[in-house]
Amino acid sequence: MLDAKIPAGPLDQKWTKYKGTVKLVNPANKRKLEIIVVGTGLAGASAAASLGELGYKVKAFCFQDSPRRAHSIAAQGGINAAKNYQNDGDSVYRLFYDTIKGGDYRAREANVHRLAEVSTNIIDQCVAQGVPFAREYGGLLSNRSFGGTQVQRTFYAAGQTGQQLLIGAYQALERQVALGNVKMYTRHEMLDVVTIDGKARGIIARDLVSGQLERHFGHAVLLCSGGYGNVFYLSTNAMGSNVTAAWKAHKKGAAFANPCFTQIHPTCIPVTGDHQSKLTLMSESLRNDGRIWVPKKQGDNRKPGDIPEDERDYYLERRYPAFGNLVPRDVASRAAKERCDAGYGVGSSKQAVYLDYAAAIERYGKTEAGKRGLGSASHDEIIAMGKEVVKEKYGNLFDMYEKITGENPYEMPMRIYPAVHYTMGGLWVDYELMTTVPGLYALGEANFSDHGANRLGASALMQGLADGYFVIPYTVGNYLADEIRTANIPTDHPAFVEAEKAVADRIAKLKGINGKQTVESFHKRLGKIMWDKCGMARNKEGLEWAIQEIRKLKAEFWSDVRVPGEINEMNPELDKANRVADFIELGELMCLDALQREESCGGHFREEHQTEDGEALRHDDKFMYVSAWELNGESNWTLHKEELNYEVVKPSQRSYK
Amino acid sequence: MEHTTINIKLKVWKQANTQSKGYFESYDVPGISTEMSFLEMFDVLNERLIAEGKEPIAFDHDCREGICGMCSMYINGKPHGPWEGTTTCQLHMRAFKDGDIIVVEPWRAAAFPVIKDLMVDRGAFDRIIQAGGYISVNTGNAVDGNALPIEKEKADNAFAAAACIGCGACVAACKNSSAMLFVSAKVSHLALLPQGAPERKQRVMNMIAQMDKEGFGACTNTGACEAACPKEISITNIARLNAEYLSASLTTA
Ligand SMILES: Cc1cc2nc3c(=O)[nH]c(=O)nc-3n(C[C@H](O)[C@H](O)[C@H](O)COP(=O)(O)OP(=O)(O)OC[C@H]3O[C@@H](n4cnc5c(N)ncnc54)[C@H](O)[C@@H]3O)c2cc1C
Ligand code: SF4
Ligand code: FES
Repeated sequence: MLDAKIPAGPLDQKWTKYKGTVKLVNPANKRKLEIIVVGTGLAGASAAASLGELGYKVKAFCFQDSPRRAHSIAAQGGINAAKNYQNDGDSVYRLFYDTIKGGDYRAREANVHRLAEVSTNIIDQCVAQGVPFAREYGGLLSNRSFGGTQVQRTFYAAGQTGQQLLIGAYQALERQVALGNVKMYTRHEMLDVVTIDGKARGIIARDLVSGQLERHFGHAVLLCSGGYGNVFYLSTNAMGSNVTAAWKAHKKGAAFANPCFTQIHPTCIPVTGDHQSKLTLMSESLRNDGRIWVPKKQGDNRKPGDIPEDERDYYLERRYPAFGNLVPRDVASRAAKERCDAGYGVGSSKQAVYLDYAAAIERYGKTEAGKRGLGSASHDEIIAMGKEVVKEKYGNLFDMYEKITGENPYEMPMRIYPAVHYTMGGLWVDYELMTTVPGLYALGEANFSDHGANRLGASALMQGLADGYFVIPYTVGNYLADEIRTANIPTDHPAFVEAEKAVADRIAKLKGINGKQTVESFHKRLGKIMWDKCGMARNKEGLEWAIQEIRKLKAEFWSDVRVPGEINEMNPELDKANRVADFIELGELMCLDALQREESCGGHFREEHQTEDGEALRHDDKFMYVSAWELNGESNWTLHKEELNYEVVKPSQRSYK
Repeated sequence: MEHTTINIKLKVWKQANTQSKGYFESYDVPGISTEMSFLEMFDVLNERLIAEGKEPIAFDHDCREGICGMCSMYINGKPHGPWEGTTTCQLHMRAFKDGDIIVVEPWRAAAFPVIKDLMVDRGAFDRIIQAGGYISVNTGNAVDGNALPIEKEKADNAFAAAACIGCGACVAACKNSSAMLFVSAKVSHLALLPQGAPERKQRVMNMIAQMDKEGFGACTNTGACEAACPKEISITNIARLNAEYLSASLTTA
């Protein structure tokens, strides 16, 4: 079932060779071919714009009121590229290597190498579009470092990198809309994939304003619908992020890969109470300058400022002297959990650690005093100058922290705790980004492709834009070249009629249950099961329990959920009910996947498999594969394995010491 | 941070759809923790309404961290409520006290028709961008990113203008429902950068033409937009827009 279609030849020549020999579609034929793009975040907007530029007829969909509002907008820290502008030893190979290693040797070499190759083009493209990246006084682009690397290769726009990149892609997309090459459907939700003779031929979408169902034909369908972190209820994802598009594809035959690989981000604002609706990330870039610590004494209730230096445990610097505060996310998150579980947590919930900027403020203040020739500056003056520098670098993040917590992070350390952030798993795709359903592609966070068991910071934006700008324009042509004789299939074809009826029936069923419990309450319960048993640490007993609980929850949902309002109108509760129903099914598969993977790797930590000092213990002999799940029927899946062959990198125990 | 529990009253605009007439509905909302965000307070209320068999209140939101521009509530006569430089989703209940009556309405502007309750249609903003809010560069056309150094000050100013989240609060704040702050932010972002130079003239002309066509009002320099803008987009951008427009109309006429 799984053919990754990796081109032959040496790793560093595969993509060049592929591009040189791939089938092409001539311009006249492109105008006759229709492509559906579901989702207009970084992956979808860049794909839709680039395909429109090439002359294809594109229809793009998003559920927000504008493509500019996709979840990608919230990315803060930056985007990686192997430019080596800092002359610090970076290269395509090193970015490739860091990504493979960061992913704990569970990603496909060929895809990751291609990602590293095109990374440099992304920066050029974005600069040309007017993306206002941070610059140095000399006018050249500025870089910073991120977790899991020892070079500075991250490009950024203050703490708003995702916003600026998405606005660039959005503007390119709107330009194609104006030129008539792309038709944009906002406030539309894709609710099924239509397949005819085994190929993806279109979608069923709901106009969220009128509630009407619509049928749309396409010669190919691209899913760029983002990740599924909201299965945990609380996450850093936008409230609307959901798995529905990918899940519908899964139900129509697309294999779902590595569903249990989720990323828990170490630096988020801790939960305050039951009312909490989402968690807010404090960008990883803060670990560049901030130091993470807890008191050396358990249950120390003193204010952070009253705890002297030698009574603080800078546990990341202690455990990982080589990378210190910049260890990869999975390592940093587990270390925080370990300290809190052992009773060293801070704040009223004791589920938090300190992220401290005092040392950085002083260091920057001294540098600034030096630059301005103020050798005799007082301590207060130095601190004031240091605060200015920190404000310029991280001001918007500090402001955000203060708005949410009511505390001033320039004066006292921030309290942070890990939170669900990103999903490495997703629809299985081959080298061409095609799922196991011909003509159905998955791009961006929706696919599983490049990050293995753990994603490095600033690599999701890179991957989304690589897929959309530089990969899909080539690979989709290879498929469509054989479709030029396929005339548009009218949407009264029985496959469309049937798919639409199935969607309508499901909506009617949801609405008709008329039970007592709200959609939100089910989502919260699912989230708690997932966080407790399939979160930062997992074990066999817990996962087996979780599967049973999720099945019970599913039965309860379908007999007691209450969806207010009407079907044929704007009805956000109905939209949510549809999504939560899919999250419940996904939750079961994630636990199943976590259960079968009897090893620890990256973000997947099975308590039964750890080294003596608590590090993740991989079992390469048995688990060097991608798990790809095929759905046979309710709660019934078949596991397919794509063996991973490391031709260039030699897998080793990851060490950041 | 210390927190307390407060009881408040809400007066919220309810409207079934664009065609129907709206009205205010009052709700008692007891037991709200001051640690909640404003939208979490709405979540609590909506959960209760659903449990009571009533219709929840529809409102737009997504990121809940002040960056997507989706949330859009007109709170006690101010777009995004009482805190400066803050979106509705970042407003916290700390801003209110026990016994407060809070009036919540949608953005009011002819160019932003109400879809339901507090949700409006801001499609006009996308159409203004379609008219010229971009740099025409196809994928693959770019030169090396460092081939074109850009003065830091210019880059920083372009960035400050590009920080606009397209929320529409500026329009909602303006008695003329003018979209000048939004348009000026985009025109400034692109005009300040050398990459934007080739299309500078048509861009400003076409965007302004589209803005007028959408039914946004004229700018009379009241500054209400700047005061309401959650991203603190400066009104000096409007001056730049006017200069750009003037110079474009003089040379393209
Ligand atoms: C707070 C935060 C900060 C981050 N910071 C960084 C960072 O600094 N660097 C980095 O590299 N990565 C970062 N990430 C990760 C990164 O932002 C995401 O992985 C990436 O933006 C995902 O892009 P995407 O295009 O795949 O999906 P998204 O941006 O999630 O877009 C999904 C699109 O699909 C649409 N959609 C979904 N389902 C449907 C449906 N059924 N019908 C119609 N449309 C649908 C949505 O409307 C939307 O347009 C961050 C993530 C978070 C949460
Ligand atoms: S200028 Fe400010 S108020 Fe207006 S749309 Fe942009 S961010 Fe919103
Ligand atoms: S919900 Fe995104 S800005 Fe408020």
